This record gives sequence, structure tokens and C-alpha cells, in this order.
Amino acid sequence: MTDTIQVGSYTLKSRLLVGTGKYCDLDETGRAIEASGADVVTMAVRRTNLGQHPNEPNLLDVISPDRYTLLPNTAGCHTADDAVRTCRLARELLDGHNLVKLEVISKSRTLYPDVVETLSAARTLVDDGFEVMVYTSDDPLIAIELEAIGCVAVMPLGAPIGSGLGLQNPYNIREILEQLKVPVIVDAGVGTASDATVAMELGCEGVLMNTAIAEAKDPVKMARAMRLAIESGRLAYEAGRMPRKRYADASSPETGLIG
Amino acid sequence: MQISVNGEVEQIEPQSLENYLFNKSLLGRRIAVERNGDIVPKSQFSDVILEDGDVLEIVHAIGGG
Repeated sequence: MTDTIQVGSYTLKSRLLVGTGKYCDLDETGRAIEASGADVVTMAVRRTNLGQHPNEPNLLDVISPDRYTLLPNTAGCHTADDAVRTCRLARELLDGHNLVKLEVISKSRTLYPDVVETLSAARTLVDDGFEVMVYTSDDPLIAIELEAIGCVAVMPLGAPIGSGLGLQNPYNIREILEQLKVPVIVDAGVGTASDATVAMELGCEGVLMNTAIAEAKDPVKMARAMRLAIESGRLAYEAGRMPRKRYADASSPETGLIG
Repeated sequence: MQISVNGEVEQIEPQSLENYLFNKSLLGRRIAVERNGDIVPKSQFSDVILEDGDVLEIVHAIGGG
């Protein structure tokens, strides 16, 4: 397929974006990412264990920055300041790479985005030259504001992070799609392949997921399922679905019948 | 002198950041360093002389969503 998605200065070949958390080991991570066909792969930034396991394998050995577009996240940050510091560390870690996934999460059990801190961090990061893909709530007004600030993609949740509940908010996602010019990518909430297809059929530019693949019984097989689901959903969106009707409409001609 | 590294207090002799990282087997690995809130570019590891009270954060990439 020649279908591509433009996110800021990055041209992406896959509309499926995947995370690297929750896998049983780096080998499984690598195989699942490969099967997903994704070119954008998220990662987290954490304190290094000092003086221990100097030969411990590194995520970047498996997910090479030469092959994949790495998307460092700010997961775990509860304030704009921490999120900005994390992005600056990530940029240094990846030799100046400026694409980041901003997420400022509340401490509640919903892990719902803290949009006040998110807006503040987004302004600082855009001013500092980052290309910001931003995780946010499904509030259309906040999405519009994040686009106005200069974020290169707006990523509303489909359902709480890691919940696998599927899109709970198709009306809001549709409304955000109609209001924004930058790519809208559903981030979080997908549980299985049909959930991803639903997001794509709505017209989303892509879907970002982690748990739905990593916590499947067979992550590599689910990664492939998601790749196909995303492609199917996008094709169906582009093809344009038939109108819904209240009653049956025979598929075979009703004339020329025998008897 | 005393510095804080990733939230842990450490007693060290005066030295460069490069030397400190070398002794921790971290030099040449994919890490990033923040010193007192500011990023220290890799190219400046040898120029930075650690001072009493410095607060370092040393990070690397791990799996995440």
C-alpha cells in the first residue's frame, strides 16, 4: 500500500502505532513489533539502575532507532514540569530526535489525562522545538486547543489506558475528527481487532495501542490481527459504507423468477 | 563531597562527570544525564566537574506504551 500518514515532519507508512510495555521479554517485544508492521514505536524513559547488570540488553538494541521511528512517552508524569524534563532527556537520549508523546496522567484509578497540565506542557514543548503527539481526553474543546498550540497529532483515549474496553465514545471521537486538521489518533482503550477497525472506520488517521497486543495470549498473532484490522478499517472508511436501512432489501433480482 | 544520583545520596571524590559514568560502567551506553535540572549533552561529559550538592538524573529507554 502507498497509503501514508503525515505527522508533523514525519511520513509514516503504518497507521498502527504500538507500545513496547508489558511484554514478557525483549525477544517477544521485537517479534510482536515486527508482526504489527508499525513504524512508530513508543518507549518510556526511566532511571538507570546504577552499577548493576552492565550487560543487560537495552530496548534500543531490539527496537533500533535506525529502523523504527521512536516515540518517547511521558508516562508516569503527573505534572507539566516532569513531562517537559522527561521529553528533554528523551531528546538527548535519542540524539536530538524531537518527536514525543506527551501524556500527563492523573493519579486517579482511571489514569485519565490531566488536561490542565497537558496544555501547559504542550505549550512549553512546542516553544522548545518538539513535535508533540498529545494524549488527551475525548473533549473536543481541549482537542481544538491542543491543535491551536501546535501539537502535530491529537490522540484522544478510546477508553481508559489498559482497559481494553473498546471505543466508548465514538460520538466525541467523530466530533474531534470533524474539528481538527492535524491527525487524530485513538490512543488507549482498544481491546481486540474489531475495536481498532471501529476507530479506523470513524475516520481516525491511526490507532496507538500497547496492552491489547502485549497482554493477548499470543502477542505476535494479535499484532498481525491488529495490522490487518487497521488496514481493513481504513479501506472501509475510504470505500464509504452503504447507508443503513430499516428494512430488508433483496440482493438477488426479484424479477424473472420461475413458476 | 556528596551528590544525589537518581534519588540516592552518594559520597564521591571530586571528578568529572565522564569519570563518574566510567566508574559506573555507564560511559558509552545509551543514557541521558540531567544535572541540577539541565540536560548535559554527551559531548560535554568530560567538561563537567561534579560539585558538592549536585543532583543527577541518569536515564535510559525501557518498554512503555
